[in-house]
Amino acid sequence: MDYTEKLTNITVLGAAGKMGSGILLLSALEVADHMLKPENKDKHFVVNAVDVTSSALPGLMAYIRAQVLKAAEKKTVLLRKMYAGRKDLIENSEIIEAYIADVMSLIRPGTRIEAAYDSTLIFEAVSENADLKIRLFRQINENNPNKPWFFTNTSSVPIGGLNESAALEGRVLGFHFYNPPAIQKLVELITIPENNNEITEFALQLAKNMHKVVVHSNDIAGFIGNGHFMRDALYGINEALRLKSEMPLHEAIYAVNRITQDFLMRPMGIFQLIDYVGVDVVRFIMNVMNPYMSNEELHSPMLDVLFAKGVKGGQYADGSQKNGFLKYEKGKVVEVCNPETGEYVPVAAFAARVDAWLGELPAEVLPWKNLVKSPEKDALAAKAFEAYRNLGKRGAAIALSYARNSREIGLKLVSDGVARSADDVNTVMLTGFFHAYGPVNDFVVK
Amino acid sequence: MKPHKKIYMIAGYNTVSMGTGRKEFNPKKERPGLEHYLKEAGQGTLSQIGGAAKVDEGVVGNFMAARFNKQAHLGAFLGMIDPQLRLKPSISVEGACASGGLALVSGIKSVLSGSAEVVLALGIEVQNTVKAIYGADILAGAGWFQRRKDGQAYFFPGQFSDRAGAYFEKVGREKARKAFARWYRNAIENARLCPTAQEFDNKTADLEAQGLMEPSPRSFTDHLNVFDCSKVSDGASAIAIVSEEGLTRCGVSVSDAVEVVGIGHAADDITALPEDLTRLTTVAHAVKQALTSAGITPADLATVETHDCFTIAGILGMEAIGLAPEGKGADFVIEGHTARDGKIPVNTTGGLIGWGHPTGATGVHQAVTIWEQLTGKAGNSQINIPADRPYGLTVNMGGDDRTVVAIVFKKN
Repeated sequence: MDYTEKLTNITVLGAAGKMGSGILLLSALEVADHMLKPENKDKHFVVNAVDVTSSALPGLMAYIRAQVLKAAEKKTVLLRKMYAGRKDLIENSEIIEAYIADVMSLIRPGTRIEAAYDSTLIFEAVSENADLKIRLFRQINENNPNKPWFFTNTSSVPIGGLNESAALEGRVLGFHFYNPPAIQKLVELITIPENNNEITEFALQLAKNMHKVVVHSNDIAGFIGNGHFMRDALYGINEALRLKSEMPLHEAIYAVNRITQDFLMRPMGIFQLIDYVGVDVVRFIMNVMNPYMSNEELHSPMLDVLFAKGVKGGQYADGSQKNGFLKYEKGKVVEVCNPETGEYVPVAAFAARVDAWLGELPAEVLPWKNLVKSPEKDALAAKAFEAYRNLGKRGAAIALSYARNSREIGLKLVSDGVARSADDVNTVMLTGFFHAYGPVNDFVVK
Repeated sequence: MKPHKKIYMIAGYNTVSMGTGRKEFNPKKERPGLEHYLKEAGQGTLSQIGGAAKVDEGVVGNFMAARFNKQAHLGAFLGMIDPQLRLKPSISVEGACASGGLALVSGIKSVLSGSAEVVLALGIEVQNTVKAIYGADILAGAGWFQRRKDGQAYFFPGQFSDRAGAYFEKVGREKARKAFARWYRNAIENARLCPTAQEFDNKTADLEAQGLMEPSPRSFTDHLNVFDCSKVSDGASAIAIVSEEGLTRCGVSVSDAVEVVGIGHAADDITALPEDLTRLTTVAHAVKQALTSAGITPADLATVETHDCFTIAGILGMEAIGLAPEGKGADFVIEGHTARDGKIPVNTTGGLIGWGHPTGATGVHQAVTIWEQLTGKAGNSQINIPADRPYGLTVNMGGDDRTVVAIVFKKN
């Protein structure tokens, strides 16, 4: 396999989306590294950025430019070596600008799928709709003489089905980045028996060059990441419904969100995470996964209700959070939605009462941002759970069962054959979800 | 140069050295510019000498405001500091990181020539206007531009990393790195005693362990880590240079003044490469001039403010000054002789690594520190000045050992 040859013409489908824009950035940076090698000076490289939303393309290019600038400022030591032969480029600022110009010159933004007809490698990051993906793959495959490889960023659709339906002869695999792709270290790699060694080896090399941690997932809908997240989210939603006997639903949502963030020492609470990913996206992924689940119903009527009311979460173009289960001001949660009434209630109106009901957070518990930086994360997390066991307060008890359920989900992913090991599940949660400790551990069940 | 008449420095003032490390520093927020720092430092000195009417001339040392702040012509800012300075003679001088030292030399010469009895000398740099990677381009102007292309991304750290590499060959890497870490520890411990120091709030428990962090050639330099480097700083310093008549005019008692008793000033060919990377020959030359004109030896010094733009520069400085024999600077530092309780306390408020390095201000800052120490005004940083060693020395270096100003001060 000639690695560089495969990079000569890439297309990113859905390039202006949240995931697509990050994948475009990483692809363009990777291609540039090869383009700038002296031995490749006669080769021609192209990265097509295809998205149906024409109006999003200028913003996409501005985003890419800003990100390439950041990347260049971080690797100027290396860039000076790469541009050593350019006598006209002397100062760091000149070299950084030249690099940005070179990367940007690779990228061809457009709205037409035909751009992919010349590609050797296609990244797919369109919406999570199996039929759409199949249609696009089939059309490109039928019109592209290069027998291109298809790397799909799907987080839930089984790859085997895509391969068969689009007649791709094993030239497709799951290369699932985490959000945001430029920052999260994880790539979930989903191969199918029809893949040959060449495509898998290339995928591993590419992930390595992009400085990603690869976790292999078997081809079962939802894979490891969503396999955990969807079940964890459903547990959280049901936990809120259970608490409804004690308090109004919006207060229960606040309580569960607080437990999953502060008590479980996670970067965000479960409802904030649903909002971040998108209420609509989470609902959609559950719908994709559900038909493949036996003895299990991955579905939440509460998500249907919110979706019907037009509450979708996700982010605005500037990265700020749209309203979902929660309402945000400058990144802080200020109001909570009551899905039954559709009204948002200010947190200040009930937070003190609910916090008192939950009971205090033991002194052993560190905020996530402190815990995640510690070299002894597991030991410190274990101490927190030990404290919960001794405390006997409501919040601590709910946190314990929540963590035990999260562990059960992890073990199930292994026993269902989705993950190769519990370590792989933990790696996905640590690197893809930024958790400070893996869900499969001893300290939550002691 | 030996002054042919009495020259004193009085009424020193340092602003805070602002930049990373200071609690109030936020790179994303708008910050004070040149005007703020010039005004604060200038007025800080003027208020101690009875006002601007006492001043005959002004001089501003600055390196690269023309690029950091897109502002040249700093001499004409004096009238902004105080309206009574309008229309008085004022100049700005530049000699890279020795610009502050050159401001002092220029002021001293004015007083010696008789054109002024009181000179207001300022030094200033406001560098946090650009990210470090671009600041490196600007600071590289202290070297020969024809050699910039071959230099490293972080140009001066790269130059001194090469010196560190050569020094490793000479004395052994382990010992040298240990000395660097000790130098860093001394710098931070001293800075913690000085409220204007950039590292005043530094709380790191094991400073030497931090200083020993392995350098990262991929992202920085081969032989130096970030703790081996001086800070990126915004700040200004001011001091008044006066004759005996000027002293009287300002109403300042001689015990509140330091006397300038020896001056060394040397500039070497910027286009030439150092003959020996392990020696600071221009520093050695200027210091020898200063000590000889003062009629003293290094053994007579109570304290030294030396130009530790990098730990390696601090250690090579100990050898160039003559405090340690050649190749023994590392041992001298490791043995604790330069610590505040050592044989000769060096950089008692943290130096360029601990206090900060607003490049054009540094030479003046060094003089202010010596003035504070020799007149008992150093607050928590105060060291003991032995009666038989009433001298302090400043060594201010521009570029890679190209322009050097060394001044010997005597306690009155």
